[in-house]
Amino acid sequence: MSNLRYLGELDYSVVQQCMHCGMCLPSCPTYLETKRERNSPRGRIALMRSIADGDLEVTKEFGEEMYYCLGCLACTTACPAGVNYPELFENARAEVEEAGVMDNPQRRFWRWLTLRQLFAKPWMLRLAGSALRFYQISGLCWLVRTLKLTAVLPKNLRELEPTTPTVRARFSDALIHATEKPENPRYRVGMLTGCVQDLVFSDVNRDTVDVLLANGCTVITPREQGCCGSLHAHNGDLEQAKIQARRMLDQFDLEKLDAVITNAAGCGSHLKHFGHLLAEDADYAERAEAWDRKARDISEWLVEIGFRIPVAAIGAGETRCTYHEACHLCHGQGISAQPRAVLAAIPGLELAELKDATHCCGSAGIYNITQPEQAGKLQREKVDNIIATGAEMVATANPGCHLQIENGLGKRIPVRHPVSLLADAYRAEDR
Amino acid sequence: MNPEIFEELRQIVGSDNVLTEKEDLIPYGFDGTAAIKEPAACVVFASSSEQISQVLKLARRGKTPVVTRGSGTGLSGGSVPVKEGIVLCLVKMEEILEIDAANLTMLCEAGVITKAIDDAAAPLGLFYPPDPGSMKISTIGGNVANNSGGLRGLKYGVTRDYVMGIEVVLADGSICWLGSKCVKDVAGYSMKDLFIGSEGTLGIITKVLLKLLPRPKAKKTLLATYDSMENAARTVSKIIENQIIPCTLEFLDRRTCQCVEDFAKVGLPTEAEAVVLMETDGYPAVVEEEAEKMAAIARENGALNVEVARDESHALKLASARRSAFAALARIRPTTILEDVTVPRSKLPDIVKFIEQMAAEHQLEIATFGHFGDGNVHPTFLTNERDEAEMVKVEAAMEAIFEHTIKLGGTITGEHGVGLAKKRFLPEQFDEGSMELLRQVKKALDPEGLLNPGKIFDPA
Repeated sequence: MSNLRYLGELDYSVVQQCMHCGMCLPSCPTYLETKRERNSPRGRIALMRSIADGDLEVTKEFGEEMYYCLGCLACTTACPAGVNYPELFENARAEVEEAGVMDNPQRRFWRWLTLRQLFAKPWMLRLAGSALRFYQISGLCWLVRTLKLTAVLPKNLRELEPTTPTVRARFSDALIHATEKPENPRYRVGMLTGCVQDLVFSDVNRDTVDVLLANGCTVITPREQGCCGSLHAHNGDLEQAKIQARRMLDQFDLEKLDAVITNAAGCGSHLKHFGHLLAEDADYAERAEAWDRKARDISEWLVEIGFRIPVAAIGAGETRCTYHEACHLCHGQGISAQPRAVLAAIPGLELAELKDATHCCGSAGIYNITQPEQAGKLQREKVDNIIATGAEMVATANPGCHLQIENGLGKRIPVRHPVSLLADAYRAEDR
Repeated sequence: MNPEIFEELRQIVGSDNVLTEKEDLIPYGFDGTAAIKEPAACVVFASSSEQISQVLKLARRGKTPVVTRGSGTGLSGGSVPVKEGIVLCLVKMEEILEIDAANLTMLCEAGVITKAIDDAAAPLGLFYPPDPGSMKISTIGGNVANNSGGLRGLKYGVTRDYVMGIEVVLADGSICWLGSKCVKDVAGYSMKDLFIGSEGTLGIITKVLLKLLPRPKAKKTLLATYDSMENAARTVSKIIENQIIPCTLEFLDRRTCQCVEDFAKVGLPTEAEAVVLMETDGYPAVVEEEAEKMAAIARENGALNVEVARDESHALKLASARRSAFAALARIRPTTILEDVTVPRSKLPDIVKFIEQMAAEHQLEIATFGHFGDGNVHPTFLTNERDEAEMVKVEAAMEAIFEHTIKLGGTITGEHGVGLAKKRFLPEQFDEGSMELLRQVKKALDPEGLLNPGKIFDPA
């Protein structure tokens, strides 16, 4: 057991918490697909337990299983026993990386490039973002696609190239001042700009700040924040996740803030657990605990402080809008009612419930890159359910879901963040 | 296990449907029962009765044991693998074959999920009442093989009361149809009843013909809170004495309420000693009247508070919160051992009190919940299987509870089955003649003892 750095060190009660009742099975997209126990939460936990018990080695098969799991956490909502699946899952993936059972030169290169370079260094991500932006607007993209130059890329990247999100002309720091004050400040909050959110949805960040200002919050936005480490933790790089978390903590003067706000579900579900991640770190443990107490999803915070109901409608007539629940918001953070409360408060918006709203759309971090087939199936199901609602607009609160659904829908139905719609409504009041 | 058999199995069901890798097998080494494990040697997914017939013929040739499995949610170890045996998994046989609205029946394959049956019946105004706690994932084949109960047992009975016919594959591979769509049918022995509750030891149930009922037009759910279990039990007795048979009369003790509330957050009181969940259904006027009467009886018998569910969705949440009770109790200690003793209704306060006594005497934590209306209680031991000293006490308390149950004219299992977990106690409930009858039936139908051997009782 001693050579298991993660699953072996894990408190055994976390593994033991699963009493294999099977209540998780109907919630798990991969189990429903294959009907095999190993593709289910309790099956995966059984494998982890076997490893912790020394009955099974960390094998390639085990590694593949851990990466077949979407990490959608639907099982945590379904689990009456309260199993901490996120912790098990992150440690299992870390164990897989530690053992190197999935290792090959190409995979190693991509992991190094993404986890240790791009998403570890904010300047590099922005540089890459700018390069991508140049590629997309300069006509180079058109040229590459016309000449079919993408043929040189590996198959899964080639298929993804057309779905690459359009990078914004200006990133968050250019749109948001380091400190922005409302007329009558009631609260003081820190704003997380995210990484993907920063490059692709910097407008959602601006909208978030506007909504906070409209609700009496002074907003502090540190420059060049970078990734909170959620991407690293979900992908078996817990060491780098700790580095990212420390860097995040260093950027905010927590004592002077009432809350730290994120508008990306995937980030929120990770960064509310810095306390656990850094529990062994004498210098940071206490601050990380305080951080967890203050971290809030934007809709959670808005409902908590009793946000102001806008008086102007967002458009002429009623717009039928449906809401897709990001896994890491509803399952990861238990936030389900608040985004609906935000949407319901917007005049001119009619909320149509989406069938299986809490089912994963297949984005699941980088799952659509690593497991394109299963991701595609989930995407199609999601899109069909959206179309069936007859909605003219889809709201969702996570950049991964946003892109996945947008790609699935083509240009048929616009996708918006609930906070952006609220910002639109506030702005309409001034017109 | 002889690897040659794998190849033959692949030829029968296709290579995708035979699992032999360690990573594939480990998750089949258990079901929903705590602390019972046995590694599977191979898992086979069948998709038709014909395939199952061939698998059984093959198994018979090599004298290989076969354990049938659905979703593996059983609570007595009934579907836990046996050494060197095949796990025959029926979850891929999941088609609803026919809904006959004229005769109020439904024919489905054994792997259909219990809840899917009622979901399919509902749009036609029909109803499949049995609702075991695991109905969102349990299979109908498993329900029939264990004669599962549920929350509605008091008024609507159990799975057996809804089975009109079954298709079963016998140990020699022959495929038999037993029963019919006729409400009256006395042709020959009532053979289907032999297989209901046989836990996979007599044959493999592959299709089930179910009876459906008209869906009740109205339903009302009430929640009564008490500061003593006696008052709660008295309320239940009085309700039945007043000739009201509600569809549900469930109780939860304080510990259970706390755990369930922690999970489901439906507003259950966490400080009360006992909570009774009552539900009446049927014609709107009757439902209204019965609900009022039940509320009045509850108040007369010391209920601190009687709350009526706000609407359908609140009622559903309360019922599904109750269904989560067993697993929610796992929040407290590492191992959760659930028992299933059942006594004649009038003896219920007695057994509940005895369970409390045992908990105190052996210094154990036992949470209790269950079906007040039908005398079926679920004392749940919150313990740690790694703590040997404590496990000895658990065993002692459990034995005493079984003994007392039998003394009260009760049974060691009301709805979970004997499986592995309770087979040791069966001879205490059955006299030798009855045990011998079980063995003879088994011998007649499965002479080589290959179907789920060692479950219910040991091979002779």
